[in-house]
Amino acid sequence: MDRRRFRQAAFGAAVFVVGLISDIGIYPASADEAWNNVVASAKGQEVFWNAWGGDERINAYIAWVGDRVSAQYGVKLRHVKLSDTAEAVRKVLAEKAAGRNDGGSVDLIWINGENFKAMKGQKLLHGPFAKTLPNFSFVDVEDKPTTILDFTVPVDGYESPWGMAKLVFMYDTARLKTPPQSITGFLEFAKSNPSRFTYPAPPDFIGTTFLKQALYELTPTPDVLQKPAGDNFDAVTAPLWKFLEDMRPHQWRSGRSFPKNGPAQRQLLDDGEVEIAISFHPADASSAIANGLLPKTARTFVLDRGTIGNTHFVAIPFNARSKEGATVVANFLLSPEAQAHKQNPQIWGDDTVLAMGRLSPKDRELFDSLPRGVATLPPDKLGATLPEPHPSWMTRIEKSWLQQYGQ
Amino acid sequence: MLRWIPALTLTLFLAPVAAGLIGTLLPSVGLMPVLGGTTLTLAAWRELAEWPGIGTSIRLSLTTGLAATAISLIIVFACCATCHGTRLFGTLRRLISPLLSVPHVAVAIGFAYLISPSGWIVRTISPWATGWDLPPDLATAPDQYGLTYIAALVVKEVPFLLLMTIAALGQTRAAETLSVSRSLGYGPATAWLKTVLPLVYPQIRLPVLAVLAFSTSAVDVALILAPSNPPPLAPLVLRWFNDPDLTRHFLAAAGASLQLAVVIVAVAIWYLLERVVVRAGRRWATGGDRGRWGGIGRRTSIGATTIVIFMGFMSLHGMAIWSLARRWRYPDVLPSEWTLGNWARQADSLAWPVWTTVSVGVAAALIALALVLGCLENEKRYGLQPTTRMLWLLYTPLLVPQVAFLFGGQVLLSWVGFAGTWPALVWSHLLFVLPYIFLSLTDPFRKLDERYIRSALCLGASPTRTFWQVKMPMLLRPVLVSLAVGFAVSVSQYLPTVFAGGGRYVTLTTEAVTLAAGADRRVVGVYVFLQAALPFVAFVIALGLPAWLYRDRRALRVAP
Repeated sequence: MDRRRFRQAAFGAAVFVVGLISDIGIYPASADEAWNNVVASAKGQEVFWNAWGGDERINAYIAWVGDRVSAQYGVKLRHVKLSDTAEAVRKVLAEKAAGRNDGGSVDLIWINGENFKAMKGQKLLHGPFAKTLPNFSFVDVEDKPTTILDFTVPVDGYESPWGMAKLVFMYDTARLKTPPQSITGFLEFAKSNPSRFTYPAPPDFIGTTFLKQALYELTPTPDVLQKPAGDNFDAVTAPLWKFLEDMRPHQWRSGRSFPKNGPAQRQLLDDGEVEIAISFHPADASSAIANGLLPKTARTFVLDRGTIGNTHFVAIPFNARSKEGATVVANFLLSPEAQAHKQNPQIWGDDTVLAMGRLSPKDRELFDSLPRGVATLPPDKLGATLPEPHPSWMTRIEKSWLQQYGQ
Repeated sequence: MLRWIPALTLTLFLAPVAAGLIGTLLPSVGLMPVLGGTTLTLAAWRELAEWPGIGTSIRLSLTTGLAATAISLIIVFACCATCHGTRLFGTLRRLISPLLSVPHVAVAIGFAYLISPSGWIVRTISPWATGWDLPPDLATAPDQYGLTYIAALVVKEVPFLLLMTIAALGQTRAAETLSVSRSLGYGPATAWLKTVLPLVYPQIRLPVLAVLAFSTSAVDVALILAPSNPPPLAPLVLRWFNDPDLTRHFLAAAGASLQLAVVIVAVAIWYLLERVVVRAGRRWATGGDRGRWGGIGRRTSIGATTIVIFMGFMSLHGMAIWSLARRWRYPDVLPSEWTLGNWARQADSLAWPVWTTVSVGVAAALIALALVLGCLENEKRYGLQPTTRMLWLLYTPLLVPQVAFLFGGQVLLSWVGFAGTWPALVWSHLLFVLPYIFLSLTDPFRKLDERYIRSALCLGASPTRTFWQVKMPMLLRPVLVSLAVGFAVSVSQYLPTVFAGGGRYVTLTTEAVTLAAGADRRVVGVYVFLQAALPFVAFVIALGLPAWLYRDRRALRVAP
């Protein structure tokens, strides 16, 4: 009996041990463990981050991120500077067409809006991964709904939020006393100040956003912009084209050429060729002053009826060669350290996507201690934030603009 | 082994061009299985024909290309005609040589700043002379007609054509011809134009055509200085190629094929112009006119050459100052605040492009050198006669527009999974590096005194040993100079890097083009300065090393 009991006990113990071992293998490992695996695989990977490279302060910030992820995770970050994010979309699309389903040349893309919609729609993205990032828990999804709804398109974890943008305008108080307060105000301004106003040529995103902003104010039915553009496109956008046509002869270079992007127009403001520049970062003017790119008298203004705001993200293509490395970078971008550094107007001045309430007191201190910057409007003066129209509006506005002004 | 080198060189060299052209032509008629194109169709060509502004784009490509080539050539000939043989000629030549190694993009970026309405030239004369407290609203860079674009091309092509002309002059009996015609009472410039020009022109015709092909199809300079709506054809093709709508690929292929046709048309127009000039020139040359306008002609041509040199240097100078500026506002002639911070901040970001630029440049130049030496040695050993046809083959990658075959080349590279790799990048640069190394090395190699080699062979040395221990040491300087030339050519490449690098490799040139679109002029200044400095350093090494190595070998030293 004793012996049998012993055997039973031994058998039981063995089952227990085997069960314990198999537990680890069969059942999903804990989130921590999964993340540790990602971090372990990421080590030594080279991550090609395709990101718009038109602003030197942003490029410098990305270089800083490269230093930090190299030191912390052994990930080698390469910034491939794009002049238009569509280039990266094209690359991934071409690779998919060529049957290159792994080892792709793009690991991480700075993305939002119509490019995200295009990639998600054509199943070009890896994921959902955003919610697996440990730092995602800090993201302010309640008060910043655009972190999960990108230009009305549900994110579904296929991109990870990076920063908050809001359209603002910059001017030099030494030359311009009272900036316009509305889109029609810009037309009056252009008429009374010939050749002192312009906007970046779409498809640059600042240029396109300016057009959407104008559309918001000019169309009598702004609500339809939240739904995809259809047969109503011509009717809804007619006031926009009339506005642009009226403005054109009074524009910089008589509307025959346009600056290539936002920073190029900011340079024109600094050179004194135009009076107004457009930006997506409320702290841009402060940051530009701190970096010696605008005079100390530069200030920011917004429009009475509010301006368009959105969130920008990072996404990983389905065929990325270094998915783990890219995931680690995306997670680092959400860390309080990286977000606070980004929000610093001395560095870039791009608003955080994190919720202050979810941070530890020490991390919150990182944000509280940031200077607001001399040319940045306080939150209560920044005006209402208008939601981005559905991406189809942007795509079609771009196309029509190029047909009328681009060729 | 040696016997195979010419064949290997031509294969390495012409196969990609041919394959690239096929890879461009097939998609242009709808054949590209990867994108679902399996039936022959002219849809892409129809779309191309209906593209708004396509006519203007083609016209711009043709006019800017022809104008830039013609103006450059006229300046070069005027300069040679009026100054050949004088001390001033030597000075101009020494001043202009460094400009040869500077990448086109660097000059274009600097030039754009120089002549923009808020640029350096306006700043030096405002507001005291012009009354412009604010920059005037003038479209200068780019302007509607592409005049700035033409000017920037001229600044870059004059040095090249001048040096090619000087090399050609060395192969003709220019001095004797001149003295005979001078003794017949012809003015110096008239004598040169009537007797030397007809001898020199056939020798530099290929370089002239290369300049014409480049100017008609340049992408990098056009992105910076050419009008953008609509742009010339080549940047338009690149825009289609980058379009996220993949069906545009067929349109891009048709555009790239059209670009080839445009270059052929440009060459045909050039041939017609040659005919006209030859016919008129023959009557003039034999008409007996001894020339009266020598003085004015001399002053004008020296003036034009000086302006070209001045613009070239000021373009680079302006960007060098920007790289050290913190604040430099209109209308300040110089920065109000200076800093080294631009350089310090860029140190990290520069490491990667600098490494790619240097490694690819050195590798391409070394491989090209090995192939060229192999070909030349082969030719010597087996007593082969170099033919003009061979020279035409060598010039192929310089005559066929880059966009036309690099486009298809990229398609093929992706197909074999070779795109975006370092070897692919080196290879793509090799196509353009090799002809220049060949051009710069051929003459010294063929002119090397045969008796040294004979003596070595008679003393029992093997041909290989003779090559390494007699020829190479004696040719060290031209070999190093040709390496520097090759390196400079590689540094300046834009389109090959974009296509073969597949976004995984960036160089100083591609970064400079990207940044020039908007980012900080101070940072662009850093890139432009480095871009111009790297080839310069290569030339300093190429000239300095032999001088130092042979400091105690009088016969191997070069006359200063």
